[in-house]
Amino acid sequence: MLNKTIHKSKNAYFLGKDSVDYARHNSHYVTHTLREMPKTALTHCKVTSKSRQTLFFSNPVYILSGGSVVAKRESKGPVGKYFDKVFEENIKIPFEKEELSMLKKAITLCIDKSKLKISDIDMLFAGDLLNQITSSCFAARDLKIPFFGLYSACSTFTQALASGASFINAGYFDNVACATASHFASAERQFRNPLEYGAQRPPYSQWTVTGAGCTMLSNGGDNDILNIFSNVSPRITSATYGKVVDFGIKDVANMGGAMAPSALDTLICLLSDTGYSVEDFDLIITGDLGKLGSDMLRDLALEQGILLGKNYTDCGVLIYDSTQDCYQGGSGAGCSAVVFNGFILEMIKQKRYKRIALLATGALLSPQSVLQGESIPGICHGVVIEI
Amino acid sequence: MQAEQIKKRNKRYDKYVEAVSPKTAMLPSLAKSFWVGGLTCVIAQIIFELYTLAFPSVSEQAIIGFTLSTIIIIAVFLTGIGVFDKLGRYAGAGAFLPITGFANAMASAGMEFRSEGLIFGSQVKFFSVVGPVLVNGIVWSTVAGLIHSIINAVVG
Repeated sequence: MLNKTIHKSKNAYFLGKDSVDYARHNSHYVTHTLREMPKTALTHCKVTSKSRQTLFFSNPVYILSGGSVVAKRESKGPVGKYFDKVFEENIKIPFEKEELSMLKKAITLCIDKSKLKISDIDMLFAGDLLNQITSSCFAARDLKIPFFGLYSACSTFTQALASGASFINAGYFDNVACATASHFASAERQFRNPLEYGAQRPPYSQWTVTGAGCTMLSNGGDNDILNIFSNVSPRITSATYGKVVDFGIKDVANMGGAMAPSALDTLICLLSDTGYSVEDFDLIITGDLGKLGSDMLRDLALEQGILLGKNYTDCGVLIYDSTQDCYQGGSGAGCSAVVFNGFILEMIKQKRYKRIALLATGALLSPQSVLQGESIPGICHGVVIEI
Repeated sequence: MQAEQIKKRNKRYDKYVEAVSPKTAMLPSLAKSFWVGGLTCVIAQIIFELYTLAFPSVSEQAIIGFTLSTIIIIAVFLTGIGVFDKLGRYAGAGAFLPITGFANAMASAGMEFRSEGLIFGSQVKFFSVVGPVLVNGIVWSTVAGLIHSIINAVVG
């Protein structure tokens, strides 16, 4: 935690009582007096100035295509029309198998869109939320692609992107697929109560996204493939691997609260390492903090002197409508994957976004660790995508 | 950072999270659980009366047993067709406190783990949610029975 306080927001209690009066900054998303803040504040971020968390990719790492598969509920959300395929749920099939077939569908869709063959894919970086990441393992078994299994809870997607990009940058691989999946029912079974059990959830809980997303990364060796993305060639220019940050939250339902500090940590690191300010990004998007968690991140960031304005949002906020009864929004490994591959890539294609920071957040817990009284640490990996 | 400072920071953060997290509104949820729980009891009473009319020769204890079984069957049926979880989400303790909650917890666990097979899935997991209820029910009723019989032996 950085110890330089610049401004405090209304609800911020935790960095001591010095510093400015609250009254001037009553709302979260604030006033003209704060406009100049980020740059001045960043000079004080001494903790991360010598960080080795950020990798810069000097060789081009292109995003060729993205595939996204979601279930019915997600397809009815605000960004529903951008997803490639709506998966028909079948109650006769176990949820885990459904998750597997969604993941496979997303990967094959992505490969088809990139006009590569399965044999062209050098490595599949994939992960999910199930024990022993079985969905990803089985998908790799069925597709016969070399497999690199990852687990970083809900931040697995950016971990996969960052790892894939690193390998491509180093010259080991030409084409790499990065995929994650999650399923509401299988996650509920793994972490919570049976599905039909009539228990109430607190209003600050989140809803695990049923969906799978896959992104194809390439070094662009074959010039033809770069034209696929309608003359835009989005590149991953840097990746920031996150630290595991624990602020002692023990409530399993409050994932946003558990993950917001880790998102802040990685965000600060990403900004100071890359030298960009918040305004330099067309979009800064976190993985699955939800409405509450993203508001907390705004508060936390403001306390560090970083004003997250209109260009900041969260995948979990985007994916569900407030009328869909999903509490604070979406979560899960599939959340950032489907929003990125569906919505954000489409926006990049239309050249609406030119520089994006994607910061997927994850809560590192197991049902056992929670029962044993451990707090919930969070992790956040960030990637910067530019065209 | 020192352990002491981390503790302080975590405490402050916890307080902050507590302050910004929305709470369940108490009065509306009390009202919801009251009317759903009350309605459940009214329905059970109606079933009880109907059974008493239909089987006048059967003892009241047996009729109570029939009524309970009927309520349990209804709850399990509602769980099976996917209604009970919505009811539970709406009514909270109103759906959970009567014997319907117990039936729902068992049935839902059985359904959930059906994919792992009848024996190692459903039958093993039947008691995954209601296990503590059974254990405490059996242990404490045994203790109560023991105390009762000791008092009886001493006094009477």
